[in-house]
Amino acid sequence: MKADPKGVLTGEHYLDGDHACSEGALAAGCRFLAGYPITPSTEVAERIAERFPEVGGIFIQMEDEMGSMAAVIGAAWGGVKSMTVTSGPGFSLMMENIGLAAMMEAPCVVINVQRGGPSTGLPTLPGQADMMQARWGSHGDYEIIALAPNSPQECFELVIKAFNLSEQYRVPVLLMTDECVGHMTEKVVIPPADKIELYPRRYTKLPPSEYLPFKPGKDMIPEMVKAGDGYKIHITGLTHDEKGYPVMNWQAQEKLVRRLVDKIRLHEDQLLDVEETQMDDAQVVIFSYGISSRVSIPALQKARREGIKVGLLRSIICWPFPEKKIRELANKVKAFVVVEMNYGQMYFEVERCVAGKAKTLLVPHGGGWVHDPEDIYKAIKEAAK
Amino acid sequence: MAPPSMGKFWRKPLDSDKLEIPHGELHIIKERCKGCGFCVEYCPRDVLELASEYNSKGYHPPHVVKDDTCVFCGLCEMLCPEFAIYVTEKKKQKPPEQEVRKVES
Amino acid sequence: MNATQIAQATEIAEHPMEGLLRMDRIPHIWCSTCGIGTAVTSFAEALKKSTFPLEKVCVVSGIGCTGRVAGYIKLDSFHSTHGRAIPFATGLKLANPQLKLVVFSGDGDIAGIGGNHFIHAARRNMDLVVLCVNNFIYAMTGGQTAATTPLTANTSTSPYGNFEHPFNLCHLAESCGAVYVARWTALHVRRLARSISEALNKKGFSFIEIICPCSTLYARRNRLGSGLDLMKFYHDNSVIKHGADTRELGIEFQKKIIVGKFIDRERPTFLDSHNAWLKHRLQDKFVEHGGPEC
Repeated sequence: MKADPKGVLTGEHYLDGDHACSEGALAAGCRFLAGYPITPSTEVAERIAERFPEVGGIFIQMEDEMGSMAAVIGAAWGGVKSMTVTSGPGFSLMMENIGLAAMMEAPCVVINVQRGGPSTGLPTLPGQADMMQARWGSHGDYEIIALAPNSPQECFELVIKAFNLSEQYRVPVLLMTDECVGHMTEKVVIPPADKIELYPRRYTKLPPSEYLPFKPGKDMIPEMVKAGDGYKIHITGLTHDEKGYPVMNWQAQEKLVRRLVDKIRLHEDQLLDVEETQMDDAQVVIFSYGISSRVSIPALQKARREGIKVGLLRSIICWPFPEKKIRELANKVKAFVVVEMNYGQMYFEVERCVAGKAKTLLVPHGGGWVHDPEDIYKAIKEAAK
Repeated sequence: MAPPSMGKFWRKPLDSDKLEIPHGELHIIKERCKGCGFCVEYCPRDVLELASEYNSKGYHPPHVVKDDTCVFCGLCEMLCPEFAIYVTEKKKQKPPEQEVRKVES
Repeated sequence: MNATQIAQATEIAEHPMEGLLRMDRIPHIWCSTCGIGTAVTSFAEALKKSTFPLEKVCVVSGIGCTGRVAGYIKLDSFHSTHGRAIPFATGLKLANPQLKLVVFSGDGDIAGIGGNHFIHAARRNMDLVVLCVNNFIYAMTGGQTAATTPLTANTSTSPYGNFEHPFNLCHLAESCGAVYVARWTALHVRRLARSISEALNKKGFSFIEIICPCSTLYARRNRLGSGLDLMKFYHDNSVIKHGADTRELGIEFQKKIIVGKFIDRERPTFLDSHNAWLKHRLQDKFVEHGGPEC
């Protein structure tokens, strides 16, 4: 289905990443945002607070992040596309309810504008150290989808993609930007509404007597309903059966939780989204995402001028991790140089998938500023030896 | 405090011929009962007592000890935490004449 | 289904409440002489007597013994995380203002971990009915001290007696802005059902505290007998005082309990204020959120 023109600010704009996220949400049909102010994500909510009254959305500034995430899930069951935005400390607080969203299979989007951590860290400076937390932050076994934009334009586009993925897979989708992309102002081109494709919510056509809230379809994903339509659903965070009723045994756990995990893992081919730069003849592969991928470009160009065959593999969907791609490349290339604004997070995934078939180097950075391309260049040279 | 006795009026009520005491029929779902005793304790007519028989869970469900005394007040149905007892109305009967007596002055 | 249809569907052959219960999950998990079942019966009674369409009623519970209520009621019911029933219900209500939201949860869930959400929802006058079962303890996890446990009571985390001062929930609700505040015990079945009816028909944040016996933990640990003995205690020691000053409603261990309807006032709800204010400021540019949009 196409986007509702009411929410689409078609045209060429000069927006920062946070504001581009707001416009992306509006274009995707998001009409509920519950959030709590936290630097550097607050601008997303601020713009939404201004724009929602013009398009019929509801914004509520909740009393804390736990309430925000709970309200987002409630709104999803109430029948609207809902979203929240936060940064590191708030992300940690939301974890329990992100697990609830995964268990209830509630479509929703959480934007984490990452900043320096841990704890209060560097509120106004970038970081990329929440990547593992995005994947493993809540307790128990579950899978989520996480995307990493590297420009305000991509912020706009990936928020729409995040909503579409959340509807398709009935899973919370995380948008892992960072303060640099969030506060960077660039040209953002917003297309007309009829050029924006949206994935409609998978409402069932079955009558209440036949509908089972957690009976999966062929793609392992159940159909959804919303509250108030007479289906008299029971939705719980306890391990449940297809009716939604809590069942306390290992068989129910195996049936439910394995499906929650498999519905993402077994769709990894469809969930592959990477951008390749000069990869055709690359012997050294830079693996990066978000702002660090842009900082890697001058290093790549300098290395290329010196004859090093280096390419950039930028991960747009970071979780599920592009495992197959890395395993394929590991057979062909000499080395991987992982550039991320942390002391090693996605690096371990790369290393795991490379499985010793190539060299893996990490160019770490504690956050607070972006990498010096010179450091990345030195690592490329080291890798090329 | 025990309720005042039904029959002691200082004069016969003007509508005594229209006076109808409701009567209830108790339905006890024995297997659901957990023997809490709320219904027994709070029945205003003491219609119920816990039986000596057990249900399959080992609880003593209530049973009616005073037939025809239930006045369909519905307290047992409202108080039962297990949805194990409810009352339906029996067809209405007029009270027998001797229930309405003059008080000896 | 409305109340008449339910009454017709549950003709004499079965318990009158069965149309509102998930009979495939009865018998429920609550202990013998627990008062939660009685509170649910009063709630079902209020629903049966209601005139609004029951498919628009949603029940949201948190975690705990009372938190299991959502699992037994045959309406759209949600069992969320500990303490987050109120914001979950907020999200549901704001997404679809046609829904009627009932939060049915325990004292630990609502006033302990959920305290922050409770006070803010009352402040904002969210259109919710909050039924708080107060058994003075965290029952499900084995009987720990709650924010409502009276002084000197014995719990598993205050084995020498509780020395912390408890909340006066009715006063808390009133001071935060609730528009309807009442307290009843599980014994006051009809008055409770009537209160719930009034709250369901009232717009704004309604709070009803339901004092319930907890037999296995509160009563047993404090040598108070069974839940039936606690009910007898409520019978002998509860005093009805409508309109009482909520400051005087504190509960001491095994002392008088004041019950009644204390607050019944009018205030604009969150959505009313939201729509009215933004309409005033934006005039024709304001688009009201009508309901589910996807």
